[in-house]
Amino acid sequence: MSVCLLMFDNLSDKLQRVFKNLRGEGKLTAENMEAALREIRVALLEADVHFKVVKQLIEAVKEKALGQEVLASLSPAQQVVKIVNEELIKTLGTHASRLRFANEPPTVIMIVGLQGSGKTTSSAKLARWLSKNQHAPLLVSVDVYRPAARDQLAVLAKQLALPIYTGTAEETKPLELAKSARREAVQTGRDVILIDTAGRLHIDDALMAELAELKETFQPTEILFVADAMTGQDAVKSAEQFHKQLGITGIILTKMDGDARGGAALSIRSITGQPLKYIGLGEKPDAFELFHPDRVANRILGMGDVLSLIEKVEETIDKKQAEEMQRKLIDNEFTLTDFRNQLKQIRKLGPIGDLMGMMPSLPGMGGGMMKELKNAKVDEKELNRVVAIIDSMTPKERENHMIINGSRRRRIAKGSGTSVEDVNNLLKQYTQARKMMKAFSGTLSGQGFLGKKLSKLGKLPSLGDLGNFKF
Amino acid sequence: MLSSLFGSGDGGGNLLERLKSGIEKTRAGLVSKIEDVVHGKKEIDADLLEELEYTLITADIGVRTATEILETIRQRVDRHLVSDASEIRGLIRQHLLEVLSASERPMVRVDAPPLVIMMVGVNGAGKTTTTGKLARRLQDEGKSVLMAAADTFRAAAIEQLQVWADRAETDIIKQTQGSDPSAVIFDAMQAGRARKSDFVIIDTAGRLQNKEHLMAELEKMRRTAARVIPDAPHEVFLVLDATTGQNGLEQARKFTESGGVTGIVLTKLDGTAKGGVAIAIARELNLPIRYIGVGEKVTDLLPFNAETYIASLFD
Repeated sequence: MSVCLLMFDNLSDKLQRVFKNLRGEGKLTAENMEAALREIRVALLEADVHFKVVKQLIEAVKEKALGQEVLASLSPAQQVVKIVNEELIKTLGTHASRLRFANEPPTVIMIVGLQGSGKTTSSAKLARWLSKNQHAPLLVSVDVYRPAARDQLAVLAKQLALPIYTGTAEETKPLELAKSARREAVQTGRDVILIDTAGRLHIDDALMAELAELKETFQPTEILFVADAMTGQDAVKSAEQFHKQLGITGIILTKMDGDARGGAALSIRSITGQPLKYIGLGEKPDAFELFHPDRVANRILGMGDVLSLIEKVEETIDKKQAEEMQRKLIDNEFTLTDFRNQLKQIRKLGPIGDLMGMMPSLPGMGGGMMKELKNAKVDEKELNRVVAIIDSMTPKERENHMIINGSRRRRIAKGSGTSVEDVNNLLKQYTQARKMMKAFSGTLSGQGFLGKKLSKLGKLPSLGDLGNFKF
Repeated sequence: MLSSLFGSGDGGGNLLERLKSGIEKTRAGLVSKIEDVVHGKKEIDADLLEELEYTLITADIGVRTATEILETIRQRVDRHLVSDASEIRGLIRQHLLEVLSASERPMVRVDAPPLVIMMVGVNGAGKTTTTGKLARRLQDEGKSVLMAAADTFRAAAIEQLQVWADRAETDIIKQTQGSDPSAVIFDAMQAGRARKSDFVIIDTAGRLQNKEHLMAELEKMRRTAARVIPDAPHEVFLVLDATTGQNGLEQARKFTESGGVTGIVLTKLDGTAKGGVAIAIARELNLPIRYIGVGEKVTDLLPFNAETYIASLFD
């Protein structure tokens, strides 16, 4: 098992170790970089980046790094990571790529890919995304093979109140279905048709010919290849073949809410030269975003999705409130009311697991603590329960937890439908949290490599503390 | 071993042929490449080892297993046990066979039927399809099978399984989308016992292994099954897409933790899929591979046996 654990060890941690003895050396040389490059190579391979792509990358990094002065503000490890990161972003594409639309509507978008990559879910999500962005999409499933595939899209469309052409039972040919859908789109004034196709292997000639026929007939402006972020080395082959036979125009990377590092993204992009356009982040219809190369680069390197996190936090948290919170923490005025508000804000951020996955390791912080944070088991239901307990307190109790004696505890337990033990636990955690948060907000004020980016997070001390809750 | 447990539905030769054609791509991607690397070479040098590493890693075997294999070779070269490149193929064959055999063990047997099998895995791995194919396979072998549609989350998953039930003419226990999967399992356990089915196969919703609440749900589903039939589910199969990369290990680890996985079903092995991660899983988690899916046809789910598999790959 130790081997397994090592595997998910953070790359920056590893590099930190590699470069431990390197401080004081002024320049990056072939010798002092060798060990670091080896670690980077393993990290990239373990993130499922294709072997050949890794080789190219390492060469590029070596070339760029050799002889570079180590900047005063960075350690050699950080400097190498910075260069690798830049190369990754360069490969992934430097900016988010937009969809193209036909000059004359309706625009036709084909969704293609292997079985189980998430085409149907992505089709529905993209349709929703389009309808939120001033378009009027029409969905159609031409997957006449997988049992109940057409039903699946129909159910999703109904749930999301999206228009769909379902066709009749007699319509069993993909081409017919798509043609009818186009007729309906024109009649009802829909400007985008999303064709969800059946999953197929790139070596299945008959099915690939079917896609080619659809392409020929409808001249889609986009053929989006749906790829599973968990795909291994084989990703390049299927993508390459789909591209060769169809000319894909973009990639949707799905299941990015998992813990796969998504190296396949890099391989596919590098092999096909086509841009990644969207990422799928979960089973909810809104869990769908434009692709940001820099964020995925960080993730492939195992550096966490710092930017996404910062953005998400900024969106959700009221800044003034956060500043006030920090002042209170420092002055030890953090009451149960504040505690509850913090929990509520955290809930707004979405599942806590997602959030923890986005956190990078902080060089200035003990690795143990980060691990604890990432492995934190925070159950949303438990969060609700804690909020219920605090809601059952009187304002006075919330201001000063010291007055909550035995009979008050019994009342609170009754009021919140919990037990006295639960109330006791909560109070214990709250007092621990107070201590921890204070410590955590202190840690973050140091300026490490990521410290600058993360200093914004200093306003959010509760995030750090969550890891220590054992509800 | 497995085919005897389930009664040998297909003649041995026939099965072997199907296996061979199903894993043709793996053979071409791994074994033929190894042969290319060592072909016409005498000496085992650094270049040759690098090419070998490339071949092993691109088969998704993982850096660690690949390094281990190469290390074995290097050591033998150093100790002058091996000197000729032509011996490498045999060394790798032996290594892979050892890894796969080490995790093999017979399926659980039960004194009183039903034997309960639960399918778990990430989204899109092929759980519903595997459930349908396995039901059909067992049915063809003269067993009575009851399917439980416990994927109550994904749109039309129940309908999809119903189609399989119709095709295989097996019974199915289902509720509506959005209902409690544990309730479906409870019903299925009772029905399975009442009808004296030989097997109950439970299809579950796909879930990513890092979603705590969904993994907790899986634990609850197992507890529910065990409340009706002690020790159920007897077997829990992790359905794993053969194109999965190194994340497959993390899947196996977490699903074993919460889902009590007892075996692997490797799907979509036809393609150019390589399934090397299954070797890493067998090695690190000691989980046997139970079945492999090598095609879209209902009969394309084949029982796995390390010896036969390696023989079909290498010989």
